[in-house]
Amino acid sequence: MSKQYIKIALVGQPNVGKSMLINAISNAKLKVGNFTGVTVEKKSVRFDYKDIDIEIIDLPGLYSLSDFGEDEKVAKEFLENEQYDLILNVVDSTNLERNLKLTTQLLELQKRMVIALNMSDEARNEGIDIDEKQMSAVIGTPCIKVSALTKEGVDKMIARAVDTCKFVFEENKMVFSEEVEEEIDNIVTFFAARNFKQMHVKSLEDLTYRQIALELLEGKKRSFHALHEEPIWLELHELIMDSRKHLYLHGDSEDIEEIFAHERLAIAKGLVAETTKSDKKQAHTLTDKIDRFLIHKYVGIPIFLFFMWSLFQLTFEIGSIPMEWIDMGFVALGEAIGEHIPSEWLRSLIVDGIIAGVGAVIMFLPNIMILFLGIALLETTGYMSRVAFMLDGFFHHFGLHGKSFIPLVTGFGCSVPAYMSARILKSERDRLLTLFIIGFMSCGAKLPIYVLFAAAFFEPTQAGNVLFIIYITGAVLGLIAAKVLKMYVFKGGDEPFVMEMPKYRFPSLKLIWHTVSTKAWMYLRKAGTYILAASMIVWFASNYPKNEILQNHYERDIAQATTPELAKALENRFLEEKLENSYLGMVGKFTEPLFTPIGFDWKMTVALETGLAAKEVVVATLGVLYSLGEDVAEDSDGLAEQIRNNISIPSAAAFIIFILIYLPCLAASAVFTKEAGHIKYLGWLLLFTTTVAYVLAYLAYKITGLFFPL
Amino acid sequence: MKTVFDLTKAEAATIKKLHATGDLKSRLLSLGFHKGAEIVINECTPTKQTIQVTVEKMKLAIRMNEAKEIEVYE
Repeated sequence: MSKQYIKIALVGQPNVGKSMLINAISNAKLKVGNFTGVTVEKKSVRFDYKDIDIEIIDLPGLYSLSDFGEDEKVAKEFLENEQYDLILNVVDSTNLERNLKLTTQLLELQKRMVIALNMSDEARNEGIDIDEKQMSAVIGTPCIKVSALTKEGVDKMIARAVDTCKFVFEENKMVFSEEVEEEIDNIVTFFAARNFKQMHVKSLEDLTYRQIALELLEGKKRSFHALHEEPIWLELHELIMDSRKHLYLHGDSEDIEEIFAHERLAIAKGLVAETTKSDKKQAHTLTDKIDRFLIHKYVGIPIFLFFMWSLFQLTFEIGSIPMEWIDMGFVALGEAIGEHIPSEWLRSLIVDGIIAGVGAVIMFLPNIMILFLGIALLETTGYMSRVAFMLDGFFHHFGLHGKSFIPLVTGFGCSVPAYMSARILKSERDRLLTLFIIGFMSCGAKLPIYVLFAAAFFEPTQAGNVLFIIYITGAVLGLIAAKVLKMYVFKGGDEPFVMEMPKYRFPSLKLIWHTVSTKAWMYLRKAGTYILAASMIVWFASNYPKNEILQNHYERDIAQATTPELAKALENRFLEEKLENSYLGMVGKFTEPLFTPIGFDWKMTVALETGLAAKEVVVATLGVLYSLGEDVAEDSDGLAEQIRNNISIPSAAAFIIFILIYLPCLAASAVFTKEAGHIKYLGWLLLFTTTVAYVLAYLAYKITGLFFPL
Repeated sequence: MKTVFDLTKAEAATIKKLHATGDLKSRLLSLGFHKGAEIVINECTPTKQTIQVTVEKMKLAIRMNEAKEIEVYE
C-alpha cells in the first residue's frame, strides 16, 4: 500500500515566523531552501509523520489576497489554482486583528484549514490571553497555539492538520455585517429562483451560490468572466448594481474593495473581542525604545555605517586567524602528498593543480562565514527594514526605491538570491534598475580576491578598512550607475513606498546557525566540485601542450650551467616560458593586448576570464598560475606574497576595480536573465558592466600610477 | 484638508479618508490604514522624505508623497 500523501500550503503575513515554524517542524534535518530574507519563491519541505508523507509549501508572505507585488501574486495564484489538501495559516498572536484579516480572506477559499497561533509565548508575556477553543468554534476551523521558538504546540498542530484531512470538508462559517449578508441573500435567492446551474459554467463548477454571490459583490474577475456570457447575466447585472449601490451608501465609500476591507476588519475585530483578553497595555515596547536610537534622525545612519564597518573589520581580523592555518595546512599537505607520488605529471596535477586551486578557495571559508553571519543577523532581527526606511530618501535621489536596499544588501552575500529578491519591487522599471546594479554590491565569492589583495599590499591593521572601502566604493558606484540608468534608460515615475517595520526579535540561534552552516557547506561543496574541476582544467591548460624542443633546449643548458645560481635562474626562465607557451598562456597572451592599457599581465587576464565561470575561480587560477612559474625555492610562501612580488600597485588597483564591476558569475547571469525576463537584458548587462569596469579600471590604473610610479 | 503629511513628530490623529487609488490604496488598506484607525508619527528621516508611523499596533514606513493621500480628522 502506498503511503498517504498530504500537501499543505503554508500561508501567512510577512514576519509572522513561517520560516522558523517550518524549521521547528522539520527539525532542520531536511533539505530546506535558502531561508534568510524574503521568501520570494515558494519552497517545499517534505517529511514523514507517522507513516504519512507530508509536503509543506512555504508561500511568500502576503498581507492580503491581492495582486500587489510579484511575490504576492505567486501566493495568490497558488492558493486559487493549484491542488493542495490543506491551508496552514500562520498568524502572529501578538497582532491578531491584522493577521485575522487575511484569515477571513483565506476562509472564503473554502478549503480545509488549520490556524497556527504562532508566537503564543510572546503573546503570553505581553499579557494577551487567547481562548483558542472559542476561536475554533466561532470560525469553524481548528486554531492551535504554537511557538516556533519553543516548539510548543508544533506536534499538536501537525496532528490536527493530519486529522483535518481525514474528514469531509465542512463549509466554514463567516458572517459579514447585516447589510452585506442581506445583499448576498438577495443574489442567492435570485439564483435559486432561476434554478441556476453553476455546475455547467466553466470555473464556477465547485462553488456554492453564496460563494458566487460574494465574488460578484466583491468584484472578483473570475465570476464576472464566467457569467457575463450567460443568459442570466442581464438581470443579474442589474441586481448586482443595486446591491452595490446599497453597500456604497452604507459604507460611505464608492470603493468596493475598501468596503470589504472594512468588513473583514470588523470581523477580525469582533473575533478578537470575543476570544482574547489583554490585561495590560504596554505604553512603550522594547521595539519603541530600540527604534528611538537605531532610526534616530541623525545618529541612525552613522550607527548603520558603524555596524557595516565592524562587520568588515571582523571579517578580516577574525577570519585571518584560521585563514593562516588553513593556508599553511594546504602547503604542508601538498608537500607531504607530493613526496609520495612518483609520477611527475600526477604530482604536479595534484599538488600544483588541485591542492593549490582548491586550497586557495577553502582558505576563505572563515571570512565567508562571518560575512553571511552578519547578513543573517541583519535580516532576522528586523533591522534591515529600518535601514531601508532610513536610506529611502537618500536612495530616492538616485532613482532607487527604499526597498531596493533589501536585494542590494543580499547581493553582498550572493547575487543569485539578490536577483530573486528584487521581486519585492512592484514596478517593472524599479526592478530592472535594481537588477542592473546588484552586481555592484560585491558578492561573497569576490571577498577572497579582495582579502588576498588587501593582505598582499596593506598592513594587517589596515586590511579591514581596505575591505570596507572596497565595498563602499562598489555601493557608491552602484548608486551613481543607478542615477545614470534612471536618467537615460529607466525613466519614469516612482513606485509608492509603504513598508512594514517588524518588531525587533532576538534571532533564533538555530536558524542563524542553519543559514550560516548551509552557506558554508554550499561553499565547500562548490570548492570540492566546481572549483576542483576548474582547477584541474586550469592546471591542464597551463601545462600543455608539452613543448619537447623547449624542454630539451633548457635541460641541456641547465646541465651545462657552471654555477648552481645560474642553473636555478635558467630553470625559472624555463618554467616561465613553458607557461607562456601553454594553452592558458596562449589565451592569455592573445587577449592580453585588450587589457594592457589597464595594466594587466596575461596571468591577470586569464584569472579575470576564468572568473566569468565563478568568482572563486579567480583566486584558484591565481593560485595555480603563481605556484607554477615562480621561484621554486620560495614555493612555500603564501599566495599573498607571490601577488605582492609579481603585481604592481596600479595594476592591482585596476584589477580590483575591474573585479568589482564586471559581469557576475555564470549562475548569477542565468538567474539575472530569468528575473529580467529577456535575454537581451543580459546583453545590455554585459555591455554596461564591461564598459564601466574598463573605463574605471583605466582611471584607477592611471591615477594610482601617479602616486606609485612603476 | 489635513493629511498625515501635516502631522509633526509624536503627533497622533485619526484617519478620515484615503484619497489614494488603485494599487496604493489596496496596499494601504491591507496594511491597516483604515478609516477610523489611529496613526502616530514616530520618526522622520533627515531629508524629511520618509516617515515611520504606527497604525493599528504596526510600525510602517511611508513616503511623504503617500502621506499626502491620507486625510485625517483635524
